[in-house]
Parts: sequence; C-alpha cells; structure tokens
Amino acid sequence: MSASTTDDALAQVASDPDSVERHFAAAARVAAREGRDGDAAREALLLALPGRAAEVVTRLTHLYAHGDAAERRAVLLALPALDAPDRSSPIADAALPIVRDALRTNDTRLVTAAVGPYAAAHLDDDAWRQAVLKVLFTGIPVENVAGLAERADGELARMVGDYAAEREAAGRVVPPDARTVLALARSQHPPVTRPARAD
Amino acid sequence: MRIFDPHIHMTSRTTDDYQRMHAAGIRAVVEPSFWLGQPRTSLGSFCDYFDSLLGWEPFRASQYGIAHHATIGLNPKEANDARCREVLDVLPRYLAKDRVVAVGELGYDSMTPEEDAVFAAQLELAAEHELPALVHTPHRDKLAGTRRTLDVVSESALEPGAVLVDHLNEMTVGVVAESGAWMGFSVYPDTKMDEHRMVEILRRFGLDRMIVNSAADWGNSDPLKTVRVAEAMLAAGYTDDDVDRVLWRNPVEFFAQSGRLELPDTEAPELVGAGATFMGNSVLRGARD
Ligand SMILES: [Zn+2]
Repeated sequence: MSASTTDDALAQVASDPDSVERHFAAAARVAAREGRDGDAAREALLLALPGRAAEVVTRLTHLYAHGDAAERRAVLLALPALDAPDRSSPIADAALPIVRDALRTNDTRLVTAAVGPYAAAHLDDDAWRQAVLKVLFTGIPVENVAGLAERADGELARMVGDYAAEREAAGRVVPPDARTVLALARSQHPPVTRPARAD
Repeated sequence: MRIFDPHIHMTSRTTDDYQRMHAAGIRAVVEPSFWLGQPRTSLGSFCDYFDSLLGWEPFRASQYGIAHHATIGLNPKEANDARCREVLDVLPRYLAKDRVVAVGELGYDSMTPEEDAVFAAQLELAAEHELPALVHTPHRDKLAGTRRTLDVVSESALEPGAVLVDHLNEMTVGVVAESGAWMGFSVYPDTKMDEHRMVEILRRFGLDRMIVNSAADWGNSDPLKTVRVAEAMLAAGYTDDDVDRVLWRNPVEFFAQSGRLELPDTEAPELVGAGATFMGNSVLRGARD
C-alpha cells in the first residue's frame, strides 16, 4: 500500500501527484525505517509535486486540511522551500490561508512552524504582530519567529509594552522573551510620538 | 512502575487527570474512537473528532509527559444510523496516519444487521491497512454477543492474535482465551470489573494475552484504575515483573503489531512541562518498527 522507500514515493508523486496523500501520511514511518528525517522526507514529497503554483497550493491545502498534527506541521515547514525564487513557479502568498489556520490553533508545534520565513515574507502587519504576541503568550521561544528584527515596529512595541505592563500590574513576571521583543522593536523603530493637538 | 493504559477516552478528561496519571506512572495511552454520548448526525462531526484524536489530544497529552495513540473506526451504536455510514468511506484516509495503532472500537451494540455489515467491513479494512483491531463486547446479552463477535473475527482475514476483545468478565473470558485473541478488561469503579476480581481472573487464566484498562470516559470511571490493578497484583503476591508484563509489555506487544507506537524511553530521565513540547527527543519515533 505505502511505498517501500522514500525514493519510490518521490518518483510516484512526480508522475502521479494524486498518490501524494497516502505517501505523505506514511512518509515519517518510511523515513524512520531508512534512518532519514521525516520532516525532510515530507518536504521533498511536496517539492516533487508537478504543476504550477496554483495546482501545488490546491494540493497543499488538501494535505493540510486532511493531515494529522505532524503532517500539518510538515506542510508549514515546507512553505519557504516551495516559495524559493529559483523554483519555476514559487507559491508566493497563495498558501497564507494555511498559515492563518495554524495561527488560530493552540497547538504550539503548529504555531511555531507557522511563524517561519514564509510568514515573515508574506503575512500582513496586523496578523504578523498578533502572531508574535501569541508566541509570547504561549511560551514559544521567540527565536522561532523569522524576520523579527526586520519586521518589529512601533506598533509591536506598543502591543508588547502593554502586555508587559499588564503582567506587572498583576504582580506577574514579564517573560525575558517579551523584554527581548520590546527592546528589538523599540530599537528598530522608536515609538511614534503623537503630534500635539492643535486646539 | 510504568503503566500503559490501552483504552481510555482522554477527550472526556481534564488536564488534572493527565497530571495525576503521570504522577502515578502512566506514560502511554491508546484512545479508541467511540460514541460521545450525544449522537452525531453528519460526517463532518466525525472528521473533526478523528482529527482531534490525531491532533489536539496527543498535543495535550505530550504536555504532561504521556504518549497518546488512537484507534479509529465507526462504533456499533452509530453504525445503525444511515447518516453516519459515510464514515466508512473516509476511514482509509485515517487508517494511514501515524499513531493510529488499531481499527476500533468495533463490535456489537444491539446486534443488528447494520452492525454486522459495518463490523465485517472494518475488519477487512484492518487487514488491508495491516492494523490490529480493538473489539468491544456488548453491554447487553454479553455472552451471546461475545460468541458472535468471535465468529465474525474467525471469518475475517485477521489472525486471532491481531484482535483484542475488550470489556470481558468472568462469563466471557473463557471463550476468548480459547479463540487465541487478546483479552481486555475494563476496570471500573462499580460495573464491569474491579481490581480484586481482575487479580482472580489473572490467577485462573495466567498473564498471557491479558490486557487491563480503565476505559475512563465521560461516565462514572477512574483514570487510575490501571494503577489500582497493579497495586492489587503486588498485594496478591505477583512480582514487579508480572505487573510490568500485564500493564506495559502486553499492551505494547499487541499494539506494536501496527508498527506505529511512539513510546517514551521509560529508562531515560524525562522532560515534562513546556520544555518537553519543544524537545522531540523524549519520544522514540517508530521504536517498535
Ligand atoms: Zn471505550
């Protein structure tokens, strides 16, 4: 039923992309038997999918929707490679609905995988800042957020500053990661000073 | 003492239970898909339930240092509702997933023709997907239901050793012992089986193919009943190794037939709490493959 080796699965997916669903589900078990990394095997299967970006994204969306947690995570982790500029048809921002879905979960493995370089490149400012805040709230180490130094801005500094103030007011510890983000956001982009009212 | 609870519906339990279970030595569980109390009326609600057994619930368990696996199937109660039959069409998708260690729980509720058809079809799926089957015995008309269950199993493509027949008692254990199938006992606070009767059954039938679970769910049940059985065994003179066999090695051997158990290294010092979530190395992937 499932391919006997990862290489067989890769060849089958390239010629018969419908076979990706069953190969993707079994990929980690097959890879483990070969001493290979399951996430890397799943990424290779996605990169082997033939077709233009729209077709690939339709399949990614299906695999994500029908995947268990490890499959969903693997789809998220593969997004930067599927968007690489040297691909003949990079997926661009078409896979953002998958990232948004993962950011709505409370599964820190999925949230962690969702805040990688693909989100840094494509997620709009509001959603990206909310994602950083969620990372802080759920205790995910902040070094998992790709592009933090580049994208941290004055609004993020305000949000994290409020979060720190709320913790302090409640007599709770402000996590070191929150201070890290705050320092980064403030140093990159000093808070906007509101213009004095004219009247 | 390490304990494997091979039948527990964690979806119905709180995080306090996970904490108490871990403190008592429970390190791995199997959660069979089953009836939720409130009948489901569409395929979508089954899919969301199966997805949570393969997504959110193992995540929750991992935060408390417990390895979570699932069995997937259409239960006999809902097999009688035509609206739920479409579940059979999506089962192959789920039976291909990691951590799905059996088809189940299957079996009879009221022994209708619909239940016959759905039971046999799912044993067929188990054979196709190289998975064992978890089969429960009915609450009512139990001995006749157990015999009929064993007949259906013997007509299927599955070997008796790939079938675990659950919720047994003094009346039903004998026929299952003869059949070569594994014997499961659900130890409850009041009905079905208690820990002292359980020890008596072990004394009469030996430790071979014997599996004990709490079957804890949304009803009156206790997620620490496996631990109580271990204590009762020790009090009755069984050794630590006997306890390890019944409460760890036996269920591991049965479900390892799937090739999909992902067990913690029970010898290694463990990481529990937020840290464990980020350190995948406390779980040995495919260790039994
Ligand atoms: Zn049950």
